[in-house]
Amino acid sequence: MPDASAIADRRSWPEAADPPAPLGETRGLVYRPSDTALIDGIDLKIPGRGRTVVMGPNGAGKSLLLRLLHGLLIPTAGQVLWGGRPLDDGLRRQQAMVFQRPVLLRRSVAANIRFVLNLRGRAESAQVSEILDEVGLGELAHRPARLLSGGEQQRLTLARALATNPQELFLDEPTASLDPASTAAIEAIVNRAHARGTKIIFVTHDLGQARRLADDVIFLNAGRLAEHSPAHSFFDNPASQAARDYLEGRLVIRKPSR
Amino acid sequence: MQDFSEAFGLAFRLVLSADPDLLEIIALSLKVSLSAVAIACLVGLPIGTAVAMGRFRGRTAVIILLNALMGLPPVVVGLLIYLLLSNAGPLGWMRLLYTPTAMIIAQAVLIAPIVAALSREVVEQLSTEYAEQFRSLSVPPGSAATALLWDARYSLLTVALAGFGRAIAEVGAVIIVGGNIDHLTRVMTTAIALETSKGDLALALGLGIVLITIALSVNAAVMALRLTATRYAYA
Repeated sequence: MPDASAIADRRSWPEAADPPAPLGETRGLVYRPSDTALIDGIDLKIPGRGRTVVMGPNGAGKSLLLRLLHGLLIPTAGQVLWGGRPLDDGLRRQQAMVFQRPVLLRRSVAANIRFVLNLRGRAESAQVSEILDEVGLGELAHRPARLLSGGEQQRLTLARALATNPQELFLDEPTASLDPASTAAIEAIVNRAHARGTKIIFVTHDLGQARRLADDVIFLNAGRLAEHSPAHSFFDNPASQAARDYLEGRLVIRKPSR
Repeated sequence: MQDFSEAFGLAFRLVLSADPDLLEIIALSLKVSLSAVAIACLVGLPIGTAVAMGRFRGRTAVIILLNALMGLPPVVVGLLIYLLLSNAGPLGWMRLLYTPTAMIIAQAVLIAPIVAALSREVVEQLSTEYAEQFRSLSVPPGSAATALLWDARYSLLTVALAGFGRAIAEVGAVIIVGGNIDHLTRVMTTAIALETSKGDLALALGLGIVLITIALSVNAAVMALRLTATRYAYA
């Protein structure tokens, strides 16, 4: 395994002379819930614009990294900074996350949206309808949320996350179990949020999806950062052997952590 | 055998003719047990929710205690409340012994642990499911507790009905603190005990029929609630 510090951000960012100003940053990030470090000394600078896709084989630590970036897990060592400030509750309120398995309140579709709007002020019916219409669920507003199809449920969780107007939106394999049409619908919503200025950080295993969405790619292997590159560099000429193996469909063997 | 069939016949006639004595006993039974359930829910639901959501030292011990208290013997509860409310007891000045209020207190003490322990289980299960999403949405603890209680409402209603079933059917506590006084503290279970010992099987059987009907209705209500909630994916 090459030294992570030598790999991170070592590739050129051709759109500009320098990489975009970082919004998120991790310094020596370690997550070790037991003897084994599951996230092992990750230094990252996440660009302030665009869609960052996190990739890596199973068990690489993608979901853990997302949870650490969002403050759902407390790192064993190291720091997470957003806009140069250590992550705190105030910053976390400006973020939102969509999980692989939709977690919906046992209420109607509209009530799920109303719940988050009420957390941040009073929910207006028109606002709820507008949010649901935007994700194509306006007609289903009064249906129990848990009776929706998988794709509709995930659109609802995405709408609920976006209802908080997050500056950063984390998505942990939100389309992992969805059909192509539902996947396309989710991607369209994500792209609209991105166009409105929301920073997107998206975990996926789907290479096609990563190619469609990514502006830059963070590639993890065995809890370490293998590389962080602009998307075209990553897909055309990956810097790390692990990423090359992964892109060519070879089994990437998890190596023991330090 | 003939006595039995006569007693059954008389019992059904009492029930069908809406005998005033019978109705008075049924009404008091329902008033006492429903009041006890309301109080037990007011006390037990917040305790169950707090234990379900909280992470504090001694939490496991509290859970064990709550679960153990579910099996409180009614006569022991009756005795404790009797000691508290008797003239020589610390609350004797309230003069509540042998009143319906004393019976409500005894039943509430008996079923509050049931409501707390069962609601703890229900809310904890839901809380585990919602925890990460709520943390992501920065849901304040108060809003989270309210949301959990609301979303678990069907399961919690069945908890309350379970408490009611226990309250309406118990005899040990209410007979000690209520005294089974005619037209004052006589409820179905104490009346059945008394009338059976007196040999008036018709009234005892009539009350028994009503008690079983109520028990069956409660169970049917629990089942119907569960089915409705499941059908609408609210359970």
